[in-house]
Amino acid sequence: MNAAAPIVSAKALTKRFAETAAVDGLSFTVNRGEIFGLVGPDGAGKTTTMRMLAGVLPPDTGSIVVDGIDVVSKPEEGKQHISYMPQRFGLYEDLTVDENIRFYADLFEVAAGVREERAQRLLTASGMSQFRSRLAGQLSGGMKQKLGLTCALVHTPKILLLDEPTTGVDPVSRRDFWRILYGLREQGVTILITTAYLDEAERCNRLALLHAGRILYCDTPVALKQRMPGALLVISSPAGRKVRAAIVGQAGVSNVILVGDGVHVVVDDPHTCIPELGDALQRAGVPFTGIVAGEPSIEDVFVSLLENTGKTQ
Amino acid sequence: MFARIIPIVIKEFLELKRDKWARFRLIVPTLVQMLLFGYAATYEVYHVSTAVLDLDHSQESRELISRFTSNGRFDVVKVAQSQREITEAIDRSDAAVALVIHAGFAELLRKGQNAPLQVIVDGTNSNTALIALGYVGTIAQGFAQDYASDLAERVQGVRGMKQIQVTLEQRPWFNEDLNGRWFFVPGLIGTLTLVIIVNLTAFAIVREREAGTLEQIMVSPIRPAEFILGKTVPFFVVGLGEVALIVAVGILWFQVPFVGNPLVLLLGSALFLLSSLALGLLISTLCLTQQQAFSMNFFLLNPFFILSGFAYPISSMPQLLQWLTYVNPLRYYLVVIRGTFLKGVGLGVLWPPLAAMAAIATVLLTTSILRFRKSLE
Repeated sequence: MNAAAPIVSAKALTKRFAETAAVDGLSFTVNRGEIFGLVGPDGAGKTTTMRMLAGVLPPDTGSIVVDGIDVVSKPEEGKQHISYMPQRFGLYEDLTVDENIRFYADLFEVAAGVREERAQRLLTASGMSQFRSRLAGQLSGGMKQKLGLTCALVHTPKILLLDEPTTGVDPVSRRDFWRILYGLREQGVTILITTAYLDEAERCNRLALLHAGRILYCDTPVALKQRMPGALLVISSPAGRKVRAAIVGQAGVSNVILVGDGVHVVVDDPHTCIPELGDALQRAGVPFTGIVAGEPSIEDVFVSLLENTGKTQ
Repeated sequence: MFARIIPIVIKEFLELKRDKWARFRLIVPTLVQMLLFGYAATYEVYHVSTAVLDLDHSQESRELISRFTSNGRFDVVKVAQSQREITEAIDRSDAAVALVIHAGFAELLRKGQNAPLQVIVDGTNSNTALIALGYVGTIAQGFAQDYASDLAERVQGVRGMKQIQVTLEQRPWFNEDLNGRWFFVPGLIGTLTLVIIVNLTAFAIVREREAGTLEQIMVSPIRPAEFILGKTVPFFVVGLGEVALIVAVGILWFQVPFVGNPLVLLLGSALFLLSSLALGLLISTLCLTQQQAFSMNFFLLNPFFILSGFAYPISSMPQLLQWLTYVNPLRYYLVVIRGTFLKGVGLGVLWPPLAAMAAIATVLLTTSILRFRKSLE
């Protein structure tokens, strides 16, 4: 197998449910050993794509090749190498942490010694080694997700598919989670992750922005930021809503995003816009403490790119 | 080849062990139903509430009525004075049977003619009415015969001019007292096991679908046959326990005799359990939610009882329904149960129902394995 060739290659995938196309002509490739993020709003087709890759949902048209295996025609062969963790990992709540791990290990015929070594390592990494005999039903949401990840990783997959693994998980658990993912990447596991948290998207090697079953942009986070038309200004103000009301529609302003301590504004030209916006706010009597050029976050980029798509459509 | 059956079996047993309700569900309703059927389910009719209207006021009419009161089958709850009171008693369900002796009853008898006894029965419970009518007939006939021989004796002055009768020498085999409990209690092994096993298994896959664990199983390399067979084994063991419990209560508590070969019963039970399990699993593969599985159970189980010969004789059913009984495993199991419990017959007689159950189990299990797709569509 050529190490440089993409490990996942999806071409022109389409999946319709009744009248709506959940996934509409999706094509992308994932390189060996990278963390690839699928980002998009609810209903963009992230879960449907994941299920098709996992071999449990046949696409209407298109092809999926995972590590040389045609997953559409031979889904069972792909399952040996793929580990799929859905949004809600199916744990047996009446079984203990250890019993759940053992069950999933046995399904993949993992030898007992290997299982024990891996379980220990993964549970230690996620801070759960003292809960091994606790019933899964009595774990917190974050611990359940970490146990799910442990179960999903107890066999050595080449590709890990994670569907919104950190939704509803506390920040500490999320950090543990990402630490484990980085560790896996070092071991050569390719990771495909969907997320609605855009700060997490920045942690990926490459990102695909998904909207209405199509990929709008697919690139590294840095390159995506450069694609953002215009520049970002950060206006600090205790009255974000009033700021937005005062500057929407001003010449050169294309996008206004409310944030906690003010607004982010996407503008054509920061040099002319900074004084103009300052004047506009003063005229409107809106209090603000500063207008400076800022580094766009992936959220700014995403919202801005989505807005542009809406306008061109 | 089938290595992944074992983790499924272990997992099912662990879940069953942790489920405190499961033990209750498996034992208590079974015992309660056994006691109910054992004590309350009987076709025999005793103490039929009876109203009497005697418009003849003769020695003969009083003699006839006394035969009813002394019998134990009938309780005279009302001695009416008019036809209207009889109607009222039946309407209000105070009496299920009314006997009316019209004026002139004795006179006809004395002339050696046929005399009418009017019997009104509340036909709303047709079964009780039919059986009560049978008793009325027997009592009236007994009275008539005795009266006729008395009359003959008086008129001809000789004893011995006896009327010719056919006397029945009743000899019921296998259940000499025709004890209804001996019929019902062994049948319960089949019906109760069917309910419990189909219920357990019908939810077995649906529950995993709802919990999201099924999706996890689908993305694993497990084969459908491994999954379905892994689900079968634990419920099979539970089912054998149920059968043992019901058999033990039947023999030890209700004193139903067991004269046959226990191994034949075991074989029959094993085949029946496999058919019931397969039926439940098939329901489970067809349903998407536990709610659907529940409705499907409800819809299916009653026809299985009715078309089994558990309570209603198959030979009395319309031909079409009789054909349907041939695909009902309970029908065959009841033959095996009654054959081993009461008749004591062996494989030589019971092989056809055993073979039929084996065939049903094979078809249903294969169908559920083929039906189980590792796909979310």
